[in-house]
Amino acid sequence: MDKPLYHRAWFLVLPAFLLVVFNAVVPMMTVVNYSVQDTFGNNQFFWNGIGWYQELLDPSTELGGRFYDSLGRNLLFSAIILAIEVPLGVLVALSMPRAGWRVAACLVLMALPLLVPWNVVGTIWQIFAREDIGLFGYFVNHILGITYNYTSGVFSAWFTIVVMDVWHWTSLIALLSYAGLKSIPDAYYQAAAIDGASRWAVFTTIQLPKLRRVLLIGVLLRFMDSFMIYTEPFVVTGGGPGNSTTILSIDLVKIALGQFDLGKAAAMSIVYNLIILAVCWVFYTVMTQVDAQRPKEG
Amino acid sequence: MRLRSLILTLYLVFLTLPIYWLMNMSFKNNSEITNQGLTLYPREFTLKNYINIFTDPAWYMGYVDSLIYVALNTLISISVALPAAYAFSRYRFLGDKHLFFWFLTNRMAPPAVFALPFFNLYSAVGLFDTHWAVALAHTIFNVPLAIWILEGFMSGVPREIDETAFIDGYSFPRFFVKIFVPLIASGIGVAAFFCFMFSWVELLLARTLTNNMPISSIMTRTASSAGMDWGQLAAAGVLTLVPGALVIWFVRNYIAKGFALGRV
Amino acid sequence: MARIELNRLAHSYKAHPSKPSDFALKEMTHTWEHGGAYALLGPSGCGKTTLLNIISGLVTPSQGAVLFDGRDVTRLPTEKRNIAQVFQFPVIYDTMTVAQNLAFPLKNRGVDRATIDRRIAEVSRMLGLEREMNRPARGLTADMKQKISLGRGLVRADVGAILFDEPLTVIDPHMKWLLRAQLKRVHEESDVTMIYVTHDQTEALTFADKVVVMYDGEVVQLGTPQELFERPEHTFVGYFIGSPGMNVLPARIEGDRAHVGAAAIPLGAGYAPLGAAVKSEIGIRPEFLRLAAGTDGFSVALKRVEDIGRHKILRCELDGRPLAAIAPEAAEIPADGIRLSADPAHVHVYADGHRVPAAGRA
Repeated sequence: MDKPLYHRAWFLVLPAFLLVVFNAVVPMMTVVNYSVQDTFGNNQFFWNGIGWYQELLDPSTELGGRFYDSLGRNLLFSAIILAIEVPLGVLVALSMPRAGWRVAACLVLMALPLLVPWNVVGTIWQIFAREDIGLFGYFVNHILGITYNYTSGVFSAWFTIVVMDVWHWTSLIALLSYAGLKSIPDAYYQAAAIDGASRWAVFTTIQLPKLRRVLLIGVLLRFMDSFMIYTEPFVVTGGGPGNSTTILSIDLVKIALGQFDLGKAAAMSIVYNLIILAVCWVFYTVMTQVDAQRPKEG
Repeated sequence: MRLRSLILTLYLVFLTLPIYWLMNMSFKNNSEITNQGLTLYPREFTLKNYINIFTDPAWYMGYVDSLIYVALNTLISISVALPAAYAFSRYRFLGDKHLFFWFLTNRMAPPAVFALPFFNLYSAVGLFDTHWAVALAHTIFNVPLAIWILEGFMSGVPREIDETAFIDGYSFPRFFVKIFVPLIASGIGVAAFFCFMFSWVELLLARTLTNNMPISSIMTRTASSAGMDWGQLAAAGVLTLVPGALVIWFVRNYIAKGFALGRV
Repeated sequence: MARIELNRLAHSYKAHPSKPSDFALKEMTHTWEHGGAYALLGPSGCGKTTLLNIISGLVTPSQGAVLFDGRDVTRLPTEKRNIAQVFQFPVIYDTMTVAQNLAFPLKNRGVDRATIDRRIAEVSRMLGLEREMNRPARGLTADMKQKISLGRGLVRADVGAILFDEPLTVIDPHMKWLLRAQLKRVHEESDVTMIYVTHDQTEALTFADKVVVMYDGEVVQLGTPQELFERPEHTFVGYFIGSPGMNVLPARIEGDRAHVGAAAIPLGAGYAPLGAAVKSEIGIRPEFLRLAAGTDGFSVALKRVEDIGRHKILRCELDGRPLAAIAPEAAEIPADGIRLSADPAHVHVYADGHRVPAAGRA
């Protein structure tokens, strides 16, 4: 099944290629251009070389400290949501009914949060978690008696954006895992029953290995998206209280549009993008290897 | 068995409660929301918030504008992705693997990085504040995604079908439209679904490239300037859920299939 | 270790079966002896997989009982019955080595390490898997994987029966006979009842001591390969087993004579009148038809001759019905008008498909 070599296939890719070049390369060049210049406003730019990069990567400077702080917060955020969403998503997928109208109902309900505009996700949780008019905030504050306010408490703010992300995206992992589980033939479960395998053994020896590929994709997507997330936490906390939930993208927009420090923002964009590219490449490599390891299963 | 349905029920409740709360608030007037303490359902049921939206063009045009650029984007993304995905699934060519990876990396590009340069770019070409600006900008993540999904579906169609058609004297465009596209119709449906979804939910670029065209953006502005008109905000929020819910309903049978390909 | 009894067993996938055609499996009572090698043979949709699933416990029959060594297991789940199963597509645990795969059922049952090692060593020798023991099971060929599936059943000391659900479907043709021969040997070395589902008569006849032929939800015959060949209890058995299959011709039976058109064929015994309502037929295997000399036998129209090397197949017509006969490779076939005679002991009479026993010696 080797594909034939046919260089003219490039013509088929050309429209897509041009569109993506227009959208990706031109702006990227603008960013690179900014990142090596400084400005005193009034559109007067002068050459700054790698100055911004040096400042950015040096934790002792103001910019560098800020960058590492928001990078650290972002990594922490990604780690927390992955640690919750992946096991929870798998658990939910395992709990899905196997057939009938209930499957369709579950799928539709689960897909719903995925189609909510991101700032509306923020709005929903902004309302839902408020102590005065939100069901959740009211419940925690007045019934459980725990002080919870995401605009003033650091822990509350973190808790809110994490729960919000879990609400928003766990379904993605669950749907992926569900599709993965569906592809396991019944014979595997029958064989495991005959071999006297416990529920746990069935999970670790049959289900988990078969889920490996989809979970890899799920983790990749969730890592990327949580690393790029902007709108939802911005609507809820605006990066606060203080800077406690200022993650990379929020910081970037603050620098670029808030302070109009184009050079700094551009240098940060480049480094930010490079981190994502690097992680993306590692995953892509691992994924293609997993694919190559198990070609086609009957 | 009982544990399984318990987990599932809890999870579904967790998913629906915040949405219920939003709907609940959208049917209340502001005095009930802020003054009467917490009410689990609207005591004084009102459609005022919805009527406001449907009678004020500043509100409802937001929905129309959003739907226009989302539809445009889906159309553009699918039409350029179809031939590209065909090339990737059928041929090897110079730099194919790198190109594919490079396409994918654009799916991963943070919109925050691109917001400002996009503003410059689309202002320069005179598209700022048009539907086309947003529709074109969103192709940066939707074209790679559509190529990825479609390539998966196309690889499932045996190449013999192409060869037979060419032997039978079909020209490439005619073969593609008459034979190939119907074969991967469900794949196109899945790809269109995801294009629609990602274009619909994205706000940062849409807001940067227009003067508050997308509905979700109008919503934020009104909410903050009108001194927290919670009921209005909630109603607008509920209405943004409708297109998504409709689309899910239509493609519900394909969702699992699209996910089964492991390509999102 | 397991004698399997099916007691008035029947199954329908419908909730309220009313007519016979609602039943995927019609009422049957059989006993399968301990240590036997049985093959369930029949075309697709004849109910053989349903029967297998009832024995393995995946399906609960709508009526009747399944007994293992006299113990009623009808409602026991699969894992509580002492059986193992080899599926159509190889089921192996991807993440484990061959040895770990074989040890898995014992580990789950808390067997001690020394016993496990001893058992898997025995089984790997029996199956010829010694060299692959430490390899990951994932990369192996389909026939190796099927051996591992079988091995997981054999390692268990408590297994009374191993069920095979068309296990050679995905095996390369040249590996099939090797694996089948090995299976036969394993059966002789071990002491397990084996039940083998297939639609391939060669597989069934070479593997099994007893073949259970199923047709349309019924067991139409349970017998040794030789019995199936020499005395098919049902026209379907005659037709399904043998190549070419048995000739079945509509006939009028009068005592010890069967009339097919103008031809009168002598029977081995006298038969009581069958009654007008039944469909009466005779069955003659092509192997028991000979070219007759002179005016013996009956005249047939020869359509063509197929020479398949070992012998010739004569495709003839009698009273407008096709009739096959086998002639030795060296036989001279007259160009015009041949006559055949049948061995009377091997001409069977069927009423509505079922074989009619002779009324008495003629």
